[in-house]
Amino acid sequence: MTEMTMIEAIRTALARAMDDDPDVILMGEDVGINGGVFRATDGLIQRFGASRVRDTPLSETAIAGVAVGAAVQGLRPVAEIQFMGFLYPAIDQLANHAARFRNRTRGRLTCPMVLRAPYGGGIGAPEHHSESMEAMLAHIPGLRVVSPSSPAKAYGLLLAAIRDPDPVVFLEPKRLYRAGSETVTDDGAALPLDTAFRLREGADLTIVGWGAMLSEVNEAADQLAGEGISAEVIDLATLKPYDRAMVRASVEKTGRCVIVHEAPLTAGFGAEIAADLAEHSLTSLLAPVHRVTGYDTVMPYPRLEAHYMPSTERILKAARAVMEFQ
Amino acid sequence: MPDPNVEMIRYLDADGTPVQDLPDFARQRDTLVDLYAAMVRTRAFDAKAVALQRTGRLGTYGSSLGQEAIGIGVASVMLAEDVFIPSFREHGAQMMRGVSMEELFLYWGGDERGNDFAAPLARRDFPVCVPVGSQFPQAAGVALALVQKGARGVAVAVAGDGATSKGDFYEAMNMVGVWQLPAVFVINNNQWAISLRRQDQTAAETLAQKSVAAGIPGVVVDGNDVIAVRQVTAQALSRARAGPGGTLIECVTYRLGDHTTSDDASRYREDEEVSPHWRQEPVLRLRNHLVAAHGWSKDEEEALLRESNDSVDKAAEVYLATQPDRPRAMFEHMFAQMPTELAQQAGDVADD
Ligand SMILES: Cc1ncc(C[n+]2csc(CCOP(=O)(O)OP(=O)(O)O)c2C)c(N)n1
Ligand SMILES: [Mg+2]
Repeated sequence: MTEMTMIEAIRTALARAMDDDPDVILMGEDVGINGGVFRATDGLIQRFGASRVRDTPLSETAIAGVAVGAAVQGLRPVAEIQFMGFLYPAIDQLANHAARFRNRTRGRLTCPMVLRAPYGGGIGAPEHHSESMEAMLAHIPGLRVVSPSSPAKAYGLLLAAIRDPDPVVFLEPKRLYRAGSETVTDDGAALPLDTAFRLREGADLTIVGWGAMLSEVNEAADQLAGEGISAEVIDLATLKPYDRAMVRASVEKTGRCVIVHEAPLTAGFGAEIAADLAEHSLTSLLAPVHRVTGYDTVMPYPRLEAHYMPSTERILKAARAVMEFQ
Repeated sequence: MPDPNVEMIRYLDADGTPVQDLPDFARQRDTLVDLYAAMVRTRAFDAKAVALQRTGRLGTYGSSLGQEAIGIGVASVMLAEDVFIPSFREHGAQMMRGVSMEELFLYWGGDERGNDFAAPLARRDFPVCVPVGSQFPQAAGVALALVQKGARGVAVAVAGDGATSKGDFYEAMNMVGVWQLPAVFVINNNQWAISLRRQDQTAAETLAQKSVAAGIPGVVVDGNDVIAVRQVTAQALSRARAGPGGTLIECVTYRLGDHTTSDDASRYREDEEVSPHWRQEPVLRLRNHLVAAHGWSKDEEEALLRESNDSVDKAAEVYLATQPDRPRAMFEHMFAQMPTELAQQAGDVADD
């Protein structure tokens, strides 16, 4: 048991996976001697050698495509895209290939790869370095999309992603990389994919979030508790496929739901959750479902970034609105 | 055009001594002094930007230390009708195109207004391109527009050695070749893409050689020799203007500093590896030449340094005194007409 930051937990999980399975290889820009620009792979090239920790040329299409080919032929590649903003060329390989191999060969060929990418804002990074485009990826049939909200989740979910027999996009909320630490046991135990986590039990409303936004969500839940409002907090963790049963059951219990994400509002992943509740839990709802999200704007540069990021205040406002709804 | 596999074009050696007859422009003291002053100012700007970042007053910044000759050489022969499509490391070239230091500071300080270039020369230039290499296809498109509209301008794009590994680069060069577009692709080969060495980026002997498959000429030039960069660019521009199409120019230089202020190059390279390159750097090289061939004096040097530092300091003060934009500005430039739903979202955000 050790105190770890999220970046340390990710590194620990990568090392554990490589120790356990010689087919696990890492690749990406600057993942070798530099240890990754966020140091997720620090020390791994020294430990596992340059044939298993591969610095790639600057080519996102090839990083994803090589991972696809290698995965189909029995390796377990864990490829890194340096920032989510540079992942778009890789979507061709993900959508047209990684996500379809199993289906189009009727199970003869499969693609057990992981594509890791830091995402999200709030750290004053340059343009193209702060977006949250998880909904684009979640829209691709055949991909799993996972985003951890804490060091322990990162450890367990990354191990699960690497061991999963299908392609997984692992989105790391970089605002949390060093934002705090918690006890992580490097015991090789994976956390389940496709399962949400109830971070806090509550009776009055359900707040659903994932990744870095859980910090603000938890803060809001604390404040609401002070006002006598008991919020249940759900960390979705796996966005695709997400734990619909847990979200429905929670909302059917509380009757109210606020969904929080950093990504833009329109066609964001919150829309899927709200639609699911409308279809399956409508009669339990005591108030309309509210979304607290980023705006339908280009992610602003750092000087205005704080005005874009969903704040605790905005979450509180939405929570009070659903509570006061008559 | 010379063989991209073997020859590197150079006029001044590391000491500033000519190794072949200089082109006409390079015999004019005034022209050389202008080029020198632009490089000195670029270096002063870089130093200030890094200092501002280190004290929390600027965002992540990539210095062009040691690579000043490329942007200055290239931009010094571009005309008003040309369009510049830069990477994030060509501050000197942007300034030569008329982008103000205040605008550059604003951009790197995290303010979109830094991209709204006021200078007429830069009015049609692109803002810096952060997704590496993705500016090349756009440059081909710029060249296409120039041709279709009957303009005589040339699209000039600059990116790093790492960018040559992107499909974007090959695809764009191929289009330039097929359509004979007036585009000049300049590679700042500073030997590093963050921690990746040039030889680990590609097994090709030169980057210029990559032009062969696209059927356009490729040239290797000493990127620390501003005379060579300017001369080769001038030739490529006139070739593009005259009609037969594009050129790839590989400028060989060295990244003397960290990749950006977020980087720590000591993780992947030794100081001993870097130090010999300080002897090759472009500012010192041209100064040596100016002193030897044109009697550049100590007084002139000191006056230039003072002037450069003053102008940079003044620009920094203006930048630091500039209040952030109104938060609602993030909504106001999404569409020509703000859609109703966006206006509703904007209502969430304070207007001051
Ligand atoms: C498509 C893309 N991938 C990754 C990055 C992150 N990144 C920024 S600069 C850089 C290296 C660029 O190297 P090079 O092209 O040689 O330019 P230099 O920085 O050396 O000027 C990387 C990997 C990016 N900006 N864009
Ligand atoms: Mg480079």
